[in-house]
Amino acid sequence: MTTTPIPFDPRTLRAPHPVPGAPDNWRRFFTFNTDAKVIGIQYIALALLFLLVGGLLAMIMRGELITPPADLVDPSVYNGLYTMHGTVMLFLFLFPILNGFNNLLIPPMIGAPDMAFPRLNALAFWMFPVFGVVLMASFLVPGGPASSGWWAYPPLSTQNPLGLLINGQFLWILAVAISGVSSILGAVNFCTTIIRMRAPGMGWFRMPIFCWTALAAQTIQLAGLPVLTAGAVMLLFDLSFGTSFFQPEGGGDPMLYQHFFWFYSHPAVYVMVLPVFGFFSEIFPVYARKPLFGYHVVAIASFGIVFLSLIVWVHHMFTSGTPQWMRHVFMVTTMLIAVPTGIKVFAWLATLWRGKLWLTTAMLFAMGGVFNFIFAGITGIMLATVPVDVHVGNTYFVVGHFHTVIFSTITFGVYAAIYHWFAKFTGRMLYEGLGKVHFVLTFVGAQLNFLPMHWAGLMGMPRRVASYDPEFALANVLASLGAFLLGVAMIPFLLNLVSSWVRGARAPANPWQAIGLEWLLPSPPPAENFEHDVPTVISGPYGYGLGHPLVADQERYEARLKEG
Amino acid sequence: MSASGSTASGSGPSPAPGSGSPGRGGPGIDRGAVLLVTLGVGLALLASRWLMAQVPRWLPPQASTAAPLVDDLFALEVGIGCFLLLGCTAVIAWTLLFDRADKYDRDDGEPIEGNLKLEITWTVIPLVVVLLLAAQAIRVNGQLASLGGKVRVAGAAEALRLVGVDGVAGFPGPTSVQSSHSSQSSQPSAAQASRASRSMSSTGPSPGVGDPAAELGPVVVIARQWSWEFVYPDGVRSAELHLPVNRPVRFRLVSLDVLHAMSIPAFRLRQDVVPGSVIDYRLTPSREGRYRLRDSLFSGAYFASNQTDVVVESAEAFERWRQAARRSPLAPSPNAATELWSQRQERGNRGWATVPPAPPPLVNVPLDPEAAHEG
Repeated sequence: MTTTPIPFDPRTLRAPHPVPGAPDNWRRFFTFNTDAKVIGIQYIALALLFLLVGGLLAMIMRGELITPPADLVDPSVYNGLYTMHGTVMLFLFLFPILNGFNNLLIPPMIGAPDMAFPRLNALAFWMFPVFGVVLMASFLVPGGPASSGWWAYPPLSTQNPLGLLINGQFLWILAVAISGVSSILGAVNFCTTIIRMRAPGMGWFRMPIFCWTALAAQTIQLAGLPVLTAGAVMLLFDLSFGTSFFQPEGGGDPMLYQHFFWFYSHPAVYVMVLPVFGFFSEIFPVYARKPLFGYHVVAIASFGIVFLSLIVWVHHMFTSGTPQWMRHVFMVTTMLIAVPTGIKVFAWLATLWRGKLWLTTAMLFAMGGVFNFIFAGITGIMLATVPVDVHVGNTYFVVGHFHTVIFSTITFGVYAAIYHWFAKFTGRMLYEGLGKVHFVLTFVGAQLNFLPMHWAGLMGMPRRVASYDPEFALANVLASLGAFLLGVAMIPFLLNLVSSWVRGARAPANPWQAIGLEWLLPSPPPAENFEHDVPTVISGPYGYGLGHPLVADQERYEARLKEG
Repeated sequence: MSASGSTASGSGPSPAPGSGSPGRGGPGIDRGAVLLVTLGVGLALLASRWLMAQVPRWLPPQASTAAPLVDDLFALEVGIGCFLLLGCTAVIAWTLLFDRADKYDRDDGEPIEGNLKLEITWTVIPLVVVLLLAAQAIRVNGQLASLGGKVRVAGAAEALRLVGVDGVAGFPGPTSVQSSHSSQSSQPSAAQASRASRSMSSTGPSPGVGDPAAELGPVVVIARQWSWEFVYPDGVRSAELHLPVNRPVRFRLVSLDVLHAMSIPAFRLRQDVVPGSVIDYRLTPSREGRYRLRDSLFSGAYFASNQTDVVVESAEAFERWRQAARRSPLAPSPNAATELWSQRQERGNRGWATVPPAPPPLVNVPLDPEAAHEG
């Protein structure tokens, strides 16, 4: 490398990695390791474990809901299960697994050796098992876990029926607050890394879209999470120490909490979906063998979504007594989000158009995810219009809508990313056959599970019920069958992950003939990626079919991979 | 719309129909492609039109003046959404059928990096569509005008004083409750006036009830964990909501404990009931029948059981019901939550922690759990 100034601090190259020895030293995954690639796999593995926990809770719920009366579990138990299902899936599965991908992908994609603050990174990760244990421990305390929904609206969440100081709701708020702090630490790290540590020549508009969307998502974390965390602390004080921020008897207002909560928790969906938009934008060019259509606009649209996402939260409160003018303002801002997201969807479709599609498992999950997202976007517009929301808000229509987003789009995108990048970071190939079985079961299961929910909601079935009127029975039987099918779909997936990692075929450096800095590294990449030999980027990403190299001296990097 | 149509014609060379793979013809518009796209758009329009006609089959009967307005807006969105989904699906299906690489073909596709005209099109068209939809929704919202004012109060006791209802189970007498710091407690006039009106002789029509041309109400809706109570201006208390058809009614919504929502799917209307606020709400039933009224904002252990019925009936039937109700004595209304709670006590109070149900409301007309509802 030359002596020209490079945009990252060379001292980070000497950041200590206390347990060296990848790839054979598995103990490093159980230590306070500061290597972003170790932390990434720690996040993903633990998050997948919690996916199983959350999925198990979901299947007990669907077992309860397969018949109209509450006959499998007591209604109070059902309420705890659905509260914990939502909390586990959001705070212990999706946020952590996406942080795992941030850790794995951001440094190699921009040519950085590691994150900007490796110790902070490890600290942020190790808070995850802490709040995971706190949340799981709430199943064991007297009275059971929190059961006021993942919104935890007061005054219900502050009723504290047993009057104990340590109760399920207390632990729930504590876990959410720790999770918030962890995510803020992570966001500081990801933003700094992307802004300060890009390889020479990698200007903003030569950056892969995943880095754009990760930066956009982490900006939301920095703007919104302090608000939620503050709301959670106030709620904790109301619950445990007798304050009345949200209690009308003491002059407080429960509406205030709803503002705190949704100011972050609606944008939170974009924190999860933006990186998945990044996955789609990375994966389609590779398997369609074409440049990403409209790269610049797709990149900028991410920040259009960030801006709008911060001014839409009241659409969750259309019937909370919100005045008419305010409903209209927030309806318009919410509907405007369709424009930047539409730009992205159309750009992906145009990327597929006249490509040379390789229908790998990653590609199937990405295409399936975009298809589902288009459907979810349409129902999202319906929910944004006040008169329709007045009818279907708080019904199963909403449950169907956001599961189509959270599962059928975001989790599909996560699966696509796992199938796409597993080889790069483990050095082993996943079995495509099992992957395709996983895809078919998941796609069919998701439609069967979530489509009938829309119908139940239109007929008026409220969300969060443990029992329901008989007219909703058919929709619920279908949904339950779909949920069990999704449970079955986990079997080939887990089998694939475990057996491939243990004894799968060795992965070449670039199994998909993909373009990107991470594919110029061996599989798995060494601890500090390019170390002192950071390539100079000379063209934009996704140069499929354009015939120009991505970095200076590309032949040298490729030759080195062949030697290795 | 722009998805299938403009992608085909806008990105230069267009597919030749029937050739089995995208054509590699020269620049310019291929007549075959234009025909194919026109045919596709026509079919998508027909399919969307058909789906819009299916909308009433997915929904409960239309039992209020709001329902047709909401349904028409929803059907419009179903139509636009269906067209969009079909367009995008057509593109995905086309690429799956005709743009797959052969097994050993590792070549790259055509390096199309963008198309400014196309990108402007698919930015402007959605922008215009959502703004038009929003304008239509604002118009519909203005016609509904169901939400009235909101008065902040410090707790349930003060809310009950404000709406002039006393003797609510669990809230004995208006004057005996603790005196809060607010000004309402020193002004018992509203409550007294209301009580006076309710103690009028049972003959002549009471204000707010009798005159069939005027607005009915205010009917005070009291939500609690986990039952509903409706107090009419003449003092009748009921666990079912009886309303005369085609007559506007005004509600005042009060919660005794946590957040609830009054949701009547057949009316297409829902309003949260917020502790610490008294909220005014208006609607006009338009179809006789018995419909479900559900709590749709999670309110704790027996939330799912917190439902009752709305009975919309002719003016005469409503008047007969009212007179009969006035003659019936007040009695606690049985409800599902109380029953489930006592079953739980018999089983040794197993389950996760919950507050016990509030005392059931004392009403002239209890809930009829056997009656069949329509939606």
